[in-house]
Amino acid sequence: MEALKQELKESILEALNLEEFTVADINDTDPLFGDGLGLDSIDALELIVLLDKDYGIKLTDPEESKSIFKSVEVLASYVEANRKK
Amino acid sequence: MKPIYIHSAVCITAQDSFEDGIMVPLKTSEGKVQAKHPEYRDFIPPAAARRMAPAVKMGVAAASKALQKANVEQPDAIITGSGMGCMLDTEKFLNALIENKEEFLTPTAFIQSTHNTVGGQIALGLHCKAYNNTYVHGSLSFESTLFDAQLALQEGSATTVLAGCVDELGTEFVEYVRLKEQQETIPKQVPYGEGTAFFVLSQEVKEEGVILRGLQTFRTVSEDDITEKMLQFLRENQLETESIDAVFLGTTGDSYDGYYNVVSKSFLPKIVRIPFKEYSGDFYTCMGFAVWWAQYLLQEQCAPGYNCEPDVTPKYQNILIYTQEKGQNHSFILLSKT
Amino acid sequence: MPQKIAITGLGIISALGNTVATNKKALLNSKSGVGKLQKIESIHATTIKVGEVAFTNVEMEALLHLPQNHNYTRTALLGGMAALEAVKQAEINDISEGKTGFISATTVGGMDKTETHLKEFITNPESQKYISSHHAGDSTQKIADLLGITGFTTTVSTACSSAANAIMLGARLIKAGKLDRVIVGGTDALSKFTINGFKSLLLLSETDCKPFDANRNGLNLGEAAAYLVLESEAAAKGKNALAYLSGYGNANDAHHQTASSATGEGAFLAMKKALEIAGIAPSKIDYVNAHGTATPNNDLSESVALQRIFDNKIPGFSSTKPFTGHTLAAAGAVEAVFSVLALQENCMFPNLNFEAKMPETQLKPVVKLYKKELQNVLSNSFGFGGNCSSLVFSKA
Repeated sequence: MEALKQELKESILEALNLEEFTVADINDTDPLFGDGLGLDSIDALELIVLLDKDYGIKLTDPEESKSIFKSVEVLASYVEANRKK
Repeated sequence: MKPIYIHSAVCITAQDSFEDGIMVPLKTSEGKVQAKHPEYRDFIPPAAARRMAPAVKMGVAAASKALQKANVEQPDAIITGSGMGCMLDTEKFLNALIENKEEFLTPTAFIQSTHNTVGGQIALGLHCKAYNNTYVHGSLSFESTLFDAQLALQEGSATTVLAGCVDELGTEFVEYVRLKEQQETIPKQVPYGEGTAFFVLSQEVKEEGVILRGLQTFRTVSEDDITEKMLQFLRENQLETESIDAVFLGTTGDSYDGYYNVVSKSFLPKIVRIPFKEYSGDFYTCMGFAVWWAQYLLQEQCAPGYNCEPDVTPKYQNILIYTQEKGQNHSFILLSKT
Repeated sequence: MPQKIAITGLGIISALGNTVATNKKALLNSKSGVGKLQKIESIHATTIKVGEVAFTNVEMEALLHLPQNHNYTRTALLGGMAALEAVKQAEINDISEGKTGFISATTVGGMDKTETHLKEFITNPESQKYISSHHAGDSTQKIADLLGITGFTTTVSTACSSAANAIMLGARLIKAGKLDRVIVGGTDALSKFTINGFKSLLLLSETDCKPFDANRNGLNLGEAAAYLVLESEAAAKGKNALAYLSGYGNANDAHHQTASSATGEGAFLAMKKALEIAGIAPSKIDYVNAHGTATPNNDLSESVALQRIFDNKIPGFSSTKPFTGHTLAAAGAVEAVFSVLALQENCMFPNLNFEAKMPETQLKPVVKLYKKELQNVLSNSFGFGGNCSSLVFSKA
């Protein structure tokens, strides 16, 4: 789980080109959207593709994905439970 | 009709133009030259910058500085021109599409590839709800932008216009353009370049300022007729060739340079002729760089990067800029000191 | 009294048909042109629906009498077809007479050829002619050449509001006396680039799009070209004006790069400006041809903007995108042609596929062809980058 969280943090920073942040800046429970990393709806779409590409998870509803992208901790649990690869 | 004053001008190119540095001719052996990028974080918040390709960063930063210099918070119109649009993100999305066979595509590059990204991002950054338009008409994209700006001021729909242009090199398509150019009998000798220029234009009088006096384009003109077209343009603006103090020419070294030689002959031998594409490199909207440089000469009465001596008789009163692309899309722009 | 802008010619090619007459017939018969993607090879072909033009490139090349080895892209071919039809209807004998301009809108330009040949430009000399046809201005220049226009020519590209802005510029130039006559509109071919772009934004519906419906689930893309001939009163003297372009407005939502604001501020301001230029009160608008893409975000935002500008007394409105698909840069011109047809036929075209009102606004568009005497029609076009434009057309 810790390894997965680390991996997700790295992927998020790279996919979203968040040059201002490092993995150490992201706490497991920090909100990804809004206040925390300040991500927005376009980032959500990027993360949806990231989950598909890296873990074979297909999300189609951007609204539903909001709850999954709540924090790295929530996201990691979801990936752990639903990953196809 | 009331004159149109250039209240500020900001330019990014391969030259040190953003900092008003000395202009140095580019080495012609280089096939392409990147812009000298300023420190963008001074103008764009990092959260916004992370998705921006050079074209968008250049455009937004230059627009922002131009507004600052003119002390304008909100323009009444934002008008942008780009010959090729946001090439880097276009290439990025196209390649992702081809490589992944239409799978796993993310939207960021697609969104950013839209031609009006720069105009839209400027508006977004300023929360500016005013008129916003983007022209993408090849080598006349910047001229179209200026034309609309002129119209907006003259018809009274705007009192302050932010007008500018931008083109970026990208990494791939420019190589195909070069390949095609190399197949010409006499290919262009200047490198391909990139850059941006933004201007705040208004009919509000600027004392000791520079006015955009005239602008005219022609789809096709023969070498035999170009001088007459140029003289007619000057006459319509109440000028003769003797009153022109500097001429900017879009010489590239290709087989259409004859047009510049013909036009150049009409002017006094002693006046300065500036082959501006040898400084900026060639790109569809490099005319923006020429206008920036010309207004600098008129405003400061000396070249960028030099200390100007005060109280000398003005050296530059009127400057003509002329360019064309492969014998088509001829454009004349005339700037004057007030 | 401000100068009136007469519309003296229309031309269109869309999924509904290759001429104004065939488009009109389909609209009056409530017959959609949206169907399966056939002319482009795509992995999404079976899961999306699009509005494709029936003509192949080869058919259009023959009709336009193009020489062998030309480098017209599909965008230029579509544009050429529609622009020539518009000029023919306007009965312009000598296009070089007076100050005539051409303003065209496109977002994809030569992308259909670029995406096909990108990886062989170096190795395949045959493909290299499409390097210079990539940029957006190329199709415009080619159409201008087909029309014989050498005067003011330019290309507008503001995403999905592009053609509305091209039409607006044309009207301003005539009003300012800079042109006597101008052909305005837009053209966009379908491409893998745009199909995949909208797909990646999760904005494509897998079914027929349902604008303004509670259960709308995205848009259908389309391809089209449409042009209008605008003339000053003096230039149009002795001709039958089909309608007048009486108002136009452009504003920016300045909210988000792709999404519209909850209050529809940009749309509201664009409509407000267009009504001001037309010099009429909102209550004088009889029909609104809405932007109505059928994305959850656009239709809600536009509905709110309509409620605001019409003070909740909204005239009959519909989106005609279920007929043609969303034709991007051409949409504003396609819908301008439809607005003129609505005035001529005195009818409002139905908003196909509508079933249920959206809970937030409870608005119901016109769902069946509705005959009514119309004086003024408002047409909306909104695009990425917050670009919002509105046009007002009035009866001749």
